[in-house]
Amino acid sequence: MKDFSQLAKNLKKDFTGLTPIKVAVLGDTSTQFLVQALRGLGFEHNIDLQIWEADFDQVERQIFDLDSELYKYKPEIVILFQSSHKLLGKYNKLQNNQHSLLNSIELDLIENIYSTIKKNLPAKVIYYNYTEIDDAVFGNFANKTESSFLFQLRKLNYELMNFAVQNSDFYLCDISTLQNQTGKIVFFQPALYINSEMVLSLDVLPQIASRTIDLINALTGRFKKCVILDLDNTIWGGIIGDDGIENIELGSLGIGKAFTEFQYWIKKLKNRGIIITVCSKNTESVAKEPFEKHPDMVLHLDDIAVFIANWENKVDNIRQIQSILNIGFDSMVFLDDNPFERNMVRENIPEICVPELPEDPADYLEYLYALNLFETASFSNEDTERTKLYQIEAQRNITQQKYTNEDDYLNSLNMISLVEPFNKFNTPRVAQLSQRSNQFNLTTVRYSEADINLLATSENYYTFAFTLEDKFGDNGLICVIILKKESDQALFIESWFMSCRILKRSMENFVLNTITNFAREKGFKYLKGEYIPTAKNDMVRNHYKDLGFESSGSLWILNTDKYENKKCFINKK
Amino acid sequence: MEKSEVLKQVNEIFIDVLEKEDLVINEQTVAKDIEEWDSLAHIRLVVAIEKTFKLHFSSREIQSWENVGEMIDCIYEKVK
Repeated sequence: MKDFSQLAKNLKKDFTGLTPIKVAVLGDTSTQFLVQALRGLGFEHNIDLQIWEADFDQVERQIFDLDSELYKYKPEIVILFQSSHKLLGKYNKLQNNQHSLLNSIELDLIENIYSTIKKNLPAKVIYYNYTEIDDAVFGNFANKTESSFLFQLRKLNYELMNFAVQNSDFYLCDISTLQNQTGKIVFFQPALYINSEMVLSLDVLPQIASRTIDLINALTGRFKKCVILDLDNTIWGGIIGDDGIENIELGSLGIGKAFTEFQYWIKKLKNRGIIITVCSKNTESVAKEPFEKHPDMVLHLDDIAVFIANWENKVDNIRQIQSILNIGFDSMVFLDDNPFERNMVRENIPEICVPELPEDPADYLEYLYALNLFETASFSNEDTERTKLYQIEAQRNITQQKYTNEDDYLNSLNMISLVEPFNKFNTPRVAQLSQRSNQFNLTTVRYSEADINLLATSENYYTFAFTLEDKFGDNGLICVIILKKESDQALFIESWFMSCRILKRSMENFVLNTITNFAREKGFKYLKGEYIPTAKNDMVRNHYKDLGFESSGSLWILNTDKYENKKCFINKK
Repeated sequence: MEKSEVLKQVNEIFIDVLEKEDLVINEQTVAKDIEEWDSLAHIRLVVAIEKTFKLHFSSREIQSWENVGEMIDCIYEKVK
């Protein structure tokens, strides 16, 4: 990771062409260096963080005065940093009998801050949680004493997590974890604090900026979706082809514990919705044997979405994995113990993330924890099912090969789709799909759960969520349409995004039939569509043209009276 | 280490932190003389000097220097 002075030097570089994001930073201690670190590191991530910084200790004035510069600036993201040192200052000033109220006083204030921001800005809020300070007044007994500072601080951190669960645009940036990883001695330098009100050392700022940008990236649809695993000496010790199944290190054999714990971590990622794939230089049957027979294997074949073991080069194999999964290389992480393979992949596919795994497998996990690779802005039930979905997709590919005629194949799938407006059950998944969809996304507007709730109740919008099921299984919610009433005559398609898993299944036609018939029934004469190009959505450049819309300036128009239903193989559920 | 050597290394640090390639400082230089040497830059200079010379300034020392000369004296006392 680059150090602070390297990040500061980035500030003079040319930011043109980078993705702009408007951010406000408010803090109760000096935040100038934090702002420099954020903007400097943003440059490394190809984002132009346009940061407005509140004057020192102006958090409440800026937020509760609705005429303040904060609201005039209209940021997309508001970062709040209220430090543990200021919290300790407040605690010190309280009467003795008030000490145990500190956490609730602060939480009330934070709730008030959040709701005021939400009422007046369509922004997401990132709040830094509290790094631990033990003032050592009670010793260990602080843990048994509600009025101790440590008790109050930890309770506040816990209550903030509860608050974040209930408020979908409130995100915590966990700098407390970061202080645990780096140590308070690195995090905080007393002489600097006394002289300049800075509570974060220059050494730790790049890491704090990194944690923050991980979150911003996730909020704006950039995050990791897939892990590609090597096998020998990565998920078990030894070489399966040479050592044989009895001798690979797993469980209690040799340093097997390191690999077993690593596998548990991968399994948890899989359950969280990360797609796990294998890319190994091995004979396939030999590579699969431990998955099928070794009693200490945590990972099994049904955890793996795509399993490639052969003697071809890994770059080609990874390209194949990418084409099966249909996700961007920049959302993939390649884990391999072999520096040669890592370099080869890095050189040929620069977008892919290739961590420099430590030599000693005992260090794998701590190293990977610190990288914080798997940031996310949402989590839904569907995440836990994702591997199955991709395995089913692989099955469909095999079936498709049996049909020479595309229509016969699609017909044989017996596809049905449930079409519903947004409701409380589908809201998390709708929000998530809006954040995940980069390729099949006409306007690339990202919606939070709070945004979706607003749309669902607005009189100016009609909303549609589509699921798709077929004889192989349920794909879940895979397409979203948001229509905005523009006039008595016209509906504007504000958003159309779809999961790439279900391309070439006639879903586009089904969706267009559905919304055009809807528009006609409601008396609207026109549907208007728009394509806003991004680095990733070239796939839908001609979407409206192909569907028969007529070009009109930068928009596309469809006359609903003249519309004839398009051929599709999907029935309404 | 001689004082002149300390000054030379401190000069290098000033050049790097203030991003001013041809900057030459002497013992009489004060913050007013260099536009880029504001209170924020001062913190970065202090941290960079601590790192380079592997030493630690007390909070009182950081506040006490009136010019580069006093800064150099303070470093020299710790490294000589």
